[in-house]
Amino acid sequence: MILFIVCSGLSYVLGVLRVPNVAHGSLYMIGAFAAFSITKLVAGPAGFWLALILAPFIVALVGFVAERALFCHLYEREHLMLLLFTFALSLILGDLVKIVWGAEYKSIMAPAVFDGTVSIMGASIPKYNFFLLMIGPFVAVALWLFANKTKIGRIARAAAVDREMVGAVGINVSWVFAFAFVLGCFLAGLGGALVAPTVSITLGMDHNLIIEAFLIVIIGGLGNMWGAMVGSLIFGLSQAFGVLFWPQFAIVFPYMAVVIVLIWRPKGLLKSVW
Amino acid sequence: MGKNGSSRITVLFLAALGILLLFLPSMIPRFYTYILSLIFVTALLAMSLNMVVGHGGLFQFHHCVFYGVGAYAFALMITKAGLPMWLSFIAAPLASALAGLMIGWLCVRLTKLYFGMLQISLGSLIWAITFRWYSLTHGDDGIHGIPMPGLIAGTTGAYYFILLFFALCLLVMYVIFKSPFGMTLQAMRDNPDRCAAVGINVRRHQLTAIVVATFFAGIAGVLFVVLERTVFPDLLFWVLSLEVFIMCLLGGWFTFAGPALGAAITVALRTFVGIYTDYWTLVLGTLLIFLIFFLPEGVMGFILEKLESRGRKEVSGPRGV
Repeated sequence: MILFIVCSGLSYVLGVLRVPNVAHGSLYMIGAFAAFSITKLVAGPAGFWLALILAPFIVALVGFVAERALFCHLYEREHLMLLLFTFALSLILGDLVKIVWGAEYKSIMAPAVFDGTVSIMGASIPKYNFFLLMIGPFVAVALWLFANKTKIGRIARAAAVDREMVGAVGINVSWVFAFAFVLGCFLAGLGGALVAPTVSITLGMDHNLIIEAFLIVIIGGLGNMWGAMVGSLIFGLSQAFGVLFWPQFAIVFPYMAVVIVLIWRPKGLLKSVW
Repeated sequence: MGKNGSSRITVLFLAALGILLLFLPSMIPRFYTYILSLIFVTALLAMSLNMVVGHGGLFQFHHCVFYGVGAYAFALMITKAGLPMWLSFIAAPLASALAGLMIGWLCVRLTKLYFGMLQISLGSLIWAITFRWYSLTHGDDGIHGIPMPGLIAGTTGAYYFILLFFALCLLVMYVIFKSPFGMTLQAMRDNPDRCAAVGINVRRHQLTAIVVATFFAGIAGVLFVVLERTVFPDLLFWVLSLEVFIMCLLGGWFTFAGPALGAAITVALRTFVGIYTDYWTLVLGTLLIFLIFFLPEGVMGFILEKLESRGRKEVSGPRGV
């Protein structure tokens, strides 16, 4: 479900801006590190909840600055350049994280509310994972409502299809794109903050995540949010399947699944907006 | 790459460079010899990538896989199968080319971003297998201390060996670049539809280009093992692939020698900035952003443009951004 939240952000940016954002992983990492700092500053359960709310905004701010300062001048360039640009951005952000937080492993604890497990249909799941399971669909619905029911969401979708036409009817497309990008960053930050209690927060978590996120978005269908969810499920389930049957090669299974899907349906399972 | 007058200058320049490189190891400390060798290996990798990306216009996102496959094949053939070094040297690039054939065959049916994504997923599959197959590849530990014949075991010996093969590969690549095949490839980059219309089998040409390029990447992988005598899974990780991509961009997409220059800049930067600070990727990233904003044709493209400002537009195709 973490994968889904991160991927939905990536997918949204891909769908509206048509930018394969490699820096998305770095933003996710910043989200996790920011959550760590906030829980250090504010002790107790309050710190955790504060982190969950504030960290995504911090990441969104970083994204906003990057977008306005650099990114917005480049939309007319071809995809390859944008991809390399975001990679450059991810290199810079990665080192900035190293400067700010250092290279050591960090970890934070989920509040005591989440200790223990809940049992559903005989299977016992740690409470925190259950919480994540709940929050995933919540984000999905919120994002869907935003994209389809609000004015700015609709404008963003229109701009994705025909940028010039939207500009011609008097809408500032540049700011719409900025908003879409920042929203994607916000989701990356939220994913980072949510994942923080379950993993050790470390440099390099961005590189591991972003490639998975990309593959998920691609097999789901570019820019399709439900596709991101389907992709996350396939990816997660095939990994779990691997762990169950052949633990040594567990990380091979998801890639195998992705390859099969891509050979079968190169444009993704669900309809792509491209 | 120039015409008439400028080509004589180019030849002279290359000859001077060659002689300089031949005698350099006796004049500079061993560390720099090592760095130069590393630059050659990386340059070969970058140029092989540029064959498909710059000249072929394909989104070869995961080129390092073939580099890694070459390196691993070479290392495994020596340490596990006990094959003689020279035989392995020929077999390893062939293994890379075979991998290139298989992955390429699946990928050329798609275009652009989808091509790249399928390649990343296939490449990651190979990476994941290498990373986990402890009994064969030693997983994330890698294989260290691969024995080399005495002649090329030392830094200087390795340097000459690498220089020799680098020069050979460069020559072959240049011949390919200028051959009808190379020309067709560049034409396909600029307008695949028209090429298909005049009866060129676009996909077969692309596949051939991929196989040839992966062969050279395999050679680069072997040379890496000769130099470092070690292999590890990061050789196949996608971060390295993008780094090589950056080298091509840095040097210039549409030039022949640009990627080599880009590789030299990147390796030198990593080495010398790395001495002063841990944050060399910060420097690289900043440099890259400047490049994208101000020099989208790359350093080499910029130099060539200045040199040939009389109006030859060979190096900047219509794809030039």
